[in-house]
Amino acid sequence: MTAHAQAAHLETSTGLDNRKLAIWTFIGSECMFFATLISNYLVNKGRSLVGPYPHEPWTSPAGQHFEPIFEIPLVTLGTALLLFSSLFVVLALSGAQRGNRKALLGWLAATLACGIFFVGMQVYEFTHFVHRGLGFTTNLFGSSFYTLTGFHGTHVTIGVIWLATLWVDALRGRLQPHRALNLEMAALYWHFVDVVWIIIFPVVYLIK
Amino acid sequence: MATRVLDQHHAQAPAHGDKTGVWSWITTVDHKRIGLLYGATAFFFFLLGGVEALLLRIQLGSPENTFLSAETYNQLFTMHGTTMIFLAIMPLSAMFFNYLIPLQIGARDVAFPRLNAFSYWVFLLGGLFLNASFLFGAAPDQGWFGYANLTSKQYSPGLNVDFWTLGLQILGIASLAAAVNFFVTILNMRAPGMTLMRMPMFVWMSFITQVLLLLAFPVITVALILLMYDRFFGSSFFVPAGGGDPLLWQHLFWIFGHPEVYILILPAFGIVSEVLPVFSRKPLFGYAAMVFSGVFIAFLGFGVWSHHMFSTGMGPLADTFFALTTMLIAIPTGVKIFNWIGTMWGGSLQYKTPLLFAIGFIAMFIIGGLSGVMHSSPPADLQQTDTYFVVAHFHYVLFGGSIFGLTAGAYYWWPKMFGRLLNERLGKLHFWLMLIGFNLTFFPMHFVGLHGMPRRVYTYPEGLGFDLMNQIETAGSFVLTVAFLVFLYNIFQTSRQPANAPADPWNGATLEWSIPSPPPEFNFAEIPTVRGRDALWETKRQRGSTLPEPARVSGAGIHMPNPSYWPLVTAVGVLAVFVSLMVMGYTGVWGVAASIALLFLGVYKWAYEPAG
Amino acid sequence: MLLRTVARRPFRWVAAVCLLALVLTACGPENYPQSTLLPRGDFAKIADDLLDTTVRWALLVFVLVEGVLLYAIFRFRGKPGDPEPHQTHGNTTVEVIWTVIPALILAAIAVPTVRAIFQTNAVPGKDALTIEVIGHQWWWEFRYPEFNLTTANEMNVPLGRTVSLRMGSTDVIHSFWVPQLSAKRDVFPNRETRMWFSAQAEGDYPGQCAEFCGIQHGRMSHRIKAQKPEEFKAWVAHMQTLAAKPAGAAAAPAASPQYAEGEKLFTAKGCIACHSMVAVNAPKGMVGPNLANVGARSYIAAGTLKNTDANLARWIRDPQGIKKGVLMPNLGLTEAEAQALAAYLRAHK
Repeated sequence: MTAHAQAAHLETSTGLDNRKLAIWTFIGSECMFFATLISNYLVNKGRSLVGPYPHEPWTSPAGQHFEPIFEIPLVTLGTALLLFSSLFVVLALSGAQRGNRKALLGWLAATLACGIFFVGMQVYEFTHFVHRGLGFTTNLFGSSFYTLTGFHGTHVTIGVIWLATLWVDALRGRLQPHRALNLEMAALYWHFVDVVWIIIFPVVYLIK
Repeated sequence: MATRVLDQHHAQAPAHGDKTGVWSWITTVDHKRIGLLYGATAFFFFLLGGVEALLLRIQLGSPENTFLSAETYNQLFTMHGTTMIFLAIMPLSAMFFNYLIPLQIGARDVAFPRLNAFSYWVFLLGGLFLNASFLFGAAPDQGWFGYANLTSKQYSPGLNVDFWTLGLQILGIASLAAAVNFFVTILNMRAPGMTLMRMPMFVWMSFITQVLLLLAFPVITVALILLMYDRFFGSSFFVPAGGGDPLLWQHLFWIFGHPEVYILILPAFGIVSEVLPVFSRKPLFGYAAMVFSGVFIAFLGFGVWSHHMFSTGMGPLADTFFALTTMLIAIPTGVKIFNWIGTMWGGSLQYKTPLLFAIGFIAMFIIGGLSGVMHSSPPADLQQTDTYFVVAHFHYVLFGGSIFGLTAGAYYWWPKMFGRLLNERLGKLHFWLMLIGFNLTFFPMHFVGLHGMPRRVYTYPEGLGFDLMNQIETAGSFVLTVAFLVFLYNIFQTSRQPANAPADPWNGATLEWSIPSPPPEFNFAEIPTVRGRDALWETKRQRGSTLPEPARVSGAGIHMPNPSYWPLVTAVGVLAVFVSLMVMGYTGVWGVAASIALLFLGVYKWAYEPAG
Repeated sequence: MLLRTVARRPFRWVAAVCLLALVLTACGPENYPQSTLLPRGDFAKIADDLLDTTVRWALLVFVLVEGVLLYAIFRFRGKPGDPEPHQTHGNTTVEVIWTVIPALILAAIAVPTVRAIFQTNAVPGKDALTIEVIGHQWWWEFRYPEFNLTTANEMNVPLGRTVSLRMGSTDVIHSFWVPQLSAKRDVFPNRETRMWFSAQAEGDYPGQCAEFCGIQHGRMSHRIKAQKPEEFKAWVAHMQTLAAKPAGAAAAPAASPQYAEGEKLFTAKGCIACHSMVAVNAPKGMVGPNLANVGARSYIAAGTLKNTDANLARWIRDPQGIKKGVLMPNLGLTEAEAQALAAYLRAHK
């Protein structure tokens, strides 16, 4: 255990800091939360009474034609950026732990940029879908999709706010190595949000 | 961490020395005070739920009674169930978690004292929110389980279901926050030498309960979100006309609901496992089996949920699967009962009030468990489900089980918490009245249920043979009322006695009995080192005699966390979010946005407040 | 002194409860018309046999375990000055035994259970009588597709022939419960559920909705009349005369002035919008119960009131006062109007 980590906490029964254990515990609970949301999406898959549909075209009784609603290339880009952002936050954390302010600020900014892009991508996606005829109450697919990805997006947003606050802290020189745990907790949360998306992306967007 | 010394800015935080007065309670982060707050609040709600039950029993005391209208009856039975589960039993358990876990593991506080306070305030505000519905004449009226699609906007257009949905979400947040806290506390803050297999059984059962909370509450959270979306935004998750399926609600609800019943009973299991050894003067029989059976029950508890749905026609394979898992879970439960009797066996039973309630617990829980096994067989259950037979079953396990167990804990730990022993004679009177009243009220329900009386009916006609049994049940509920009056009187009388109870009036086995009654804020002057199970008996045995009365030391040099009001502010923020959702028709999205802003402010200030 | 009191009182209490239990059960299920304990149908018999099995085991376990507990309570009571008892921590052999024995008992319950699960889920043969059961807030609709008949709240079935129930709901989840003949099965608005039974004894069997379905869940009873096959045939034949009258048909002979008045009011006041008066080829999706044979029913408003002239008139005048929340509005009828309508309806048997 490094010197600054040792100073940061008293002995605990597991050797882990309380706050680190807490964030893992919270993440465990959140796994059940997203597992339930994903299950809800899967249960409702294929049970919409009307379109538009995710992967097939549909013509409404009134004669209006709808293409499959998903735009995979854009979401793939957002996914890739989100994945990279997990790497960036690890690099930022490493910088924080080593006292490298430049690395910390730079990589954390990169993380934020990816996160903001992802949320922006989703906002754009949702607005576009609504324009194209998929509202929240249009059908079961719409309700389930917006609920699942909406909650995920909210989690990303909260992560962005959390990381942004830490970035401001770092800017003011208040994220020294002995306080790196604060960033580590946010990073763990960020990884979790990423992993959830790694499951949502294929389940919702790719698998037909 | 509780004992860290940091640079502190005392300007913001209230003074340490100010330990009396309302403000000190509002800003407290001391687990003991928070425990007492939970206890008082929960007990109040318990009495409220009891009054609701009494009104129900008066209505059912005679056929075709008009004491309560159908509407009022439906609201009262819904609130009775919701109150007893979420506002009484769970927070009464939380009182014990709060007060005892740090003491029993040799810690000075929980892992996150402010999060602890936050949980309490959210609970209080959630309970008030739920009961505020009465002021609007719109108390929840759809049953505590709120089956779709009765709960859809079409069939429940009023505010009743909204109060219920949002109220439960608020309470869920309180439970989840507390669960994270106690999970980390138990895992991470045990005194040196206290391995997991040396923890007191109450701590073990509480630990398992926290795991259940962490995994079960997210499921009901999602279910309530989907219901809220259906009602507020017009989605059709549970609405058949839009392609949704009411049965999905049942699955989601019971995937939460079954672990929930283990959440309700495991703390009482833990309490009884503490009381029996002390009053039998020998250790818990089969400690390892008790731990593993608890773990097994929790694990398997996630695999039995559809036994609440046998009448929905899931098909023979599903019926068979859930029947078998349900029967399976009876095995570890039975093992515990035998281990408790094994603890008493060969002991020297000290018949003080805590032991009476603990034995009452065992006797009643056996009955409840057996009627549960009777339910586990789907074809037979098709006659029993949704009748008073089920009402009998769950009252035997929740009242005869949880409440008797919690009451045993109250009498047992009262001297530690308040420095006064509850009166023994009144305690025994309380016990006998409660035992007799309880059985008079609930035993006939087995019969009236099998004889055809369904649940949740506001009245019944003459000529079906329900009259006599209902009369007996109603009479029993009045006996129960007297029992609780005796308890209240005992509490009142005891409060007027001087607070001079010894540290260890019962010759306890666990660490809380080694410190003064009530304990100082910092609990232990010196964190103990633990050398075995039943740590205190071990210590006394090594000394060869009882321990001297511990001195009250000043605690100078021990830094305890500063009090704080940000947990309360954040809790108000949580409430505001849900109220703003409720009144979105009037305050629109801006109301919600403002509430979220308040919530964020509370969290931000809390996070950047210097810890103590 | 206290110990002696402790010793005596449990016995008194246990004795009292046992006596009470005996008295209650000894009263006999005949006094309980809706009891599950006196099966008169084959499905109910399967459920009852299983109950029997589980009750026997439960009683055995109860007597044994509570007995051991009681014994321990007295045998090991501590006296002042007692030495510390032997500090037993456990006994692996004993613990294994008391884990295995319950498992065996549960297996003994599981085997007949699984058999009965498949039995009760079996699909009835082609010669079964299909009856459609449709739950409404807060009444029951019954249809006989074989005979093109519709009725409400009171169902006739023939003895000894399997009745195949195909069930659903028009609004929320209800549960159709026939304690003496079969058991209960929930009915859903979005899927069909099924149950079957074959009545083994003649009788008039009450049942109730068994899934909370709103404000008047407590007033949603129904009745099943099991009758000899010839009588059932006669009933069907009679019901099939309750068809729509051909256009221009003469009014019923010997119709009293009250009846005629009621007949006019039935249309004038809008009753006809919700209630059909024909049993044959009755329209689907009516908001209110079919009243073609309402005069022959023993109860009205789904078991709320006995079917008498006075009650029917009361109901017609003030349904909200009797069963608040029902979909039938108070129409502001006078006493005379209500009685005319009652006379009209009661003549329809």
